[in-house]
Amino acid sequence: MAKKVLVLAESRDGALRNVSFEAIAAAKEISGGGEVFAVLCGDSVQSLANELIHYGADRVLVAENEKLANYTTDGYFQALKQIINDESPEAIVFGHTSLGKDLSPRLAARLESGLISDVTGLEQAGENTVFTRPVYSGKAFEKKLINDGLIFVTVRPNNISPLEKDESRTGEVKSVSVEIKDLRTIVKEVVRKASTGVDLSEAKIIVAGGRGVKSEDGFKPLQELADVLGAAVGASRGACDADYCDYSLQIGQTGKVVTPDLYIACGISGAIQHLAGMSNSKVIVAINKDPEASIFSVADYGIVGDLFEVVPLLTEEFKKVLV
Amino acid sequence: MNIFVILKRTFDTEEKISVSNNKISEDSAEFIINPYDEYAIEEAITLKDAHGGTVTVVTVGDEDSEKELRTALAMGADQAVLISNEDLDSQDQYTTSSVLAAYFKDKEYDIILGGNVAIDNGTGQVGPRLAELLDIPHVTTITKIEINGTAVNIERDVEGDLEKIETTLPLLVTAQQGLNEPRYPSLPGIMKAKKKPLETLELDDLDIDEDDVEAKTKTVEVYLPPKKEAGKILSGDTADQVKELVSLLRNEAKVI
Repeated sequence: MAKKVLVLAESRDGALRNVSFEAIAAAKEISGGGEVFAVLCGDSVQSLANELIHYGADRVLVAENEKLANYTTDGYFQALKQIINDESPEAIVFGHTSLGKDLSPRLAARLESGLISDVTGLEQAGENTVFTRPVYSGKAFEKKLINDGLIFVTVRPNNISPLEKDESRTGEVKSVSVEIKDLRTIVKEVVRKASTGVDLSEAKIIVAGGRGVKSEDGFKPLQELADVLGAAVGASRGACDADYCDYSLQIGQTGKVVTPDLYIACGISGAIQHLAGMSNSKVIVAINKDPEASIFSVADYGIVGDLFEVVPLLTEEFKKVLV
Repeated sequence: MNIFVILKRTFDTEEKISVSNNKISEDSAEFIINPYDEYAIEEAITLKDAHGGTVTVVTVGDEDSEKELRTALAMGADQAVLISNEDLDSQDQYTTSSVLAAYFKDKEYDIILGGNVAIDNGTGQVGPRLAELLDIPHVTTITKIEINGTAVNIERDVEGDLEKIETTLPLLVTAQQGLNEPRYPSLPGIMKAKKKPLETLELDDLDIDEDDVEAKTKTVEVYLPPKKEAGKILSGDTADQVKELVSLLRNEAKVI
């Protein structure tokens, strides 16, 4: 049955996030030939609308309001609530991002709907769309559906392929005015800490360090490799607990669960909690002095050796071939 | 200050997961307080130490959850509430948040703390859902909180960046790693915990009709990811291994 599907598009530093294109692809599948419309919120985001159409949205609603310049739960909640009331979508797709995780449960509560979070795949089973999602940080997977009523899901970045970009596609871009009343939480300041601007959860390549990096300075060669590859830097709990890096870099069962195309584990032994957070990466490289380290059990390629010798060589080699 | 913590009993992070009869097998598994909820408990105790009041820990779970509640009491919470889920045929985040909302309906609360996500189902839904049902603001993934009167200053982690937030009580917050270092229960704490009040409530006690909180979602299959085949350990001198690796990543794996 054809459905009308809402996708919340997200931008960062003035550009749309990949996960929004992935969400459109998921929405297309759910729609079963119905309509996919994207919603853009912000204070000057109109210029991004056409790209959403190029990636498969049939039309775009642009909700511009100065109170939407920064994400706040209340601001976005009120904007989305109004649009959902006006449009009555039968399904909603968000990215499973910081914003999506914060907003989607609250909206689902108001809409009295189910919500399937952190979806990594979807398929049609008769009349139903069945969603795959990891549980226990990827130690297992489950397939879920929404019994009836509104279908509401968030999709994990990097797992659902976006549709091919087609710049000849056209569709309606319409401004909607949204009324934003009191904001109960106010963003006073955003302090940029993520060094490269490549977010871990969306990164295609991650270079991660463990206790083997030995110090805060020990992360430097990893950062240099990451810079050459356009990668994000991550860490194991061991490295975070030892204060070699910030907890925001932690990958594992506590910390972030990531599924990049390439994961390069440097000096990480591979505790079960860490493996849970990264073992579903597409390709895993392990660099460790200890040939018995359990990280090698999930690695596609392994180098037994000292990361301080291997990583700089790797950086040089990539510099040569990537020019 | 009336401080509440919502917590969940979860598998120990050390546990390997196995599946039988389309369900995660709980046989011989060790259970713990969800690690993110431990940050919430620690922060609740810190807030109580600074502002006075009581810390109440609440869970929706089976009778075994008493163990995790006692651990929270041993850490320093004052009282615990176990809302039994044994009459529920199906339970998802809609269910849990609805049950909690029924519990909080006639309670006075200044702040409710929880973990930002549970490491088992990993949805992070219950906190924000509960805040909406109670019509109070919420702030997720917090790494710092300061309360002055009803004014609240919060720092939160947003994908590695730090956001500074101003808001007011009453409020629901969810804890991110980095908020604090949870204490271990002390031996006197464990002894005291045995005598602290632990109330068990049935759905009837909260005037909940189980049909009204029936899950909105259904799990149709649970499975383990395919085992990875053993990878290729490179050999030779280091410089050659590095060259080979780069070539494999480009030509075989095609990820660069």
